[in-house]
Amino acid sequence: MTVRIIPRLDIKGPNLVKGIHLEGLRVLGQPSDFARHYYEQGADELIYMDVVASLYQRNSLLSLIEKASQEIFIPLTVGGGLRTIEDIRKVLRAGADKVSLNTAAIADPTFITKAARTFGSSTIVISIEAIKKSDGTYEAFTDNGREETGLNAVEWAKRVEELGAGEIYLTSIDREGTGKGFDVDLTQKIATKVSIPVISCGGAGSSNDVVQAVNEGKADAVSLASILHYGLIEHADHSHDNKSEGNVEYLKSGRTFSKIKGKSLIELKKDLLNQKVECRPHVDFEVSRV
Amino acid sequence: MWILRCRVSNSKPIAIVDYGLGNVFSILRALEHSGIPAKLTASKEDIVSAPGVILPGVGAFGDAMTTLNKLGLSSILKEVATNGKPLLGICLGLQLLMTESNEFGHHQGLGLIEGDVVKLNPDQDGVTAYKVPEVSWNKVNANQSWKGTILDGMNEGTYQYFVHSYYVRPKDSSRILSTTQYGSVEFCSSVQKGNICATQFHPERSGEAGLKIYKNFVNLISRESYV
Repeated sequence: MTVRIIPRLDIKGPNLVKGIHLEGLRVLGQPSDFARHYYEQGADELIYMDVVASLYQRNSLLSLIEKASQEIFIPLTVGGGLRTIEDIRKVLRAGADKVSLNTAAIADPTFITKAARTFGSSTIVISIEAIKKSDGTYEAFTDNGREETGLNAVEWAKRVEELGAGEIYLTSIDREGTGKGFDVDLTQKIATKVSIPVISCGGAGSSNDVVQAVNEGKADAVSLASILHYGLIEHADHSHDNKSEGNVEYLKSGRTFSKIKGKSLIELKKDLLNQKVECRPHVDFEVSRV
Repeated sequence: MWILRCRVSNSKPIAIVDYGLGNVFSILRALEHSGIPAKLTASKEDIVSAPGVILPGVGAFGDAMTTLNKLGLSSILKEVATNGKPLLGICLGLQLLMTESNEFGHHQGLGLIEGDVVKLNPDQDGVTAYKVPEVSWNKVNANQSWKGTILDGMNEGTYQYFVHSYYVRPKDSSRILSTTQYGSVEFCSSVQKGNICATQFHPERSGEAGLKIYKNFVNLISRESYV
């Protein structure tokens, strides 16, 4: 089965940010630059997560999506602070194909069903952010990893499927931003328990990590942030970046900001194909542009 | 909505049927990006006067047909398509062209292409889980030459984006432009019957490779000289 590789862009106001364990956010640059690069490098989808989610920030996210939808023609998912049917409608009208719900879904599980009925199941992705407890089980968290819920993540996953979710976006808060590899145990527990696609996120530090998430974790798709963002910053072709003002010095410095060795999406997909993990090759995109 | 005004036959916008289901905006953006005038509409007049019609759709067959019937659009679509107007169905739009579907009960479709719609049910081999709906990029393989069709110029085995739980089985295999493999199931992924064409995948979500489909649809419109 063809695995989808989905870069995740954490958005705070007008900026692309990245943290570790979903906090300590550092500004990395212009979301639209990163999005365009990923699209050109063969990203299968993009997911934008609004990490602050207040009304003011939502407007800049909406205009980000509007702009993206005019030049990026792969599925776009948007999440972060979506609480009502109207919130979802606004985001879809701006150009998103899917929405991701977490806090609102846990607060009122019937919201999942309402949203699925209104917009179609395939439009509704439920985001589950999990932390491993001392007894080895996983608890679901809300509010960008800040609020505990007492919900067992695996049981909640099964429940959201029953309620009408189209896909599950599963983040390991423990691994997120560390580059130490996916939580394969968490991924496998959920991916094998539900019959809807599971997108695994959190911890990718190498192509091998992705291979593991797919082969052992049984992830249907993987979502990557740090490894790709730092890969882009480290390997950016500076000659093309004159228009991205604030980014230029950043990219020119070529400094690495974390322990994670960045990787380009093109290289990642090449590695996956070499290890017999089927994914959409970048070459298809290149050839059909001619 | 910016509409190109000039004397060539394609000055009228293509009608994208907006009946409340599906991400019609992304189809509009794809056409705008390619410089093709289009508008979202549920009006019979717009459909009758458009040089070509796109029928999108996401969700359940039964609900979609009920809505199209209620809006009086089923009969109009059948009429204009039968009279030669280029019609492009996308995703559920492909399924609606068929005679019937057994999704959540038994439903009549537009009947423009003989055949039915059945559930995607790949064997589970215990190693790879083929989830339903299929939400993934997948290869589109030629069932016949694509020259002059809406797949003209695309690479054999091109990856396109699929989101579906059902697939079509056209009775006449000469209508099948392409097939796609999902686990143990090989299904029809695009069709063409003269001016009527459709794809199971979403060309407007399949990157630059998918945008070609819309350009080919415009060429079809020009060839049919339909104003």
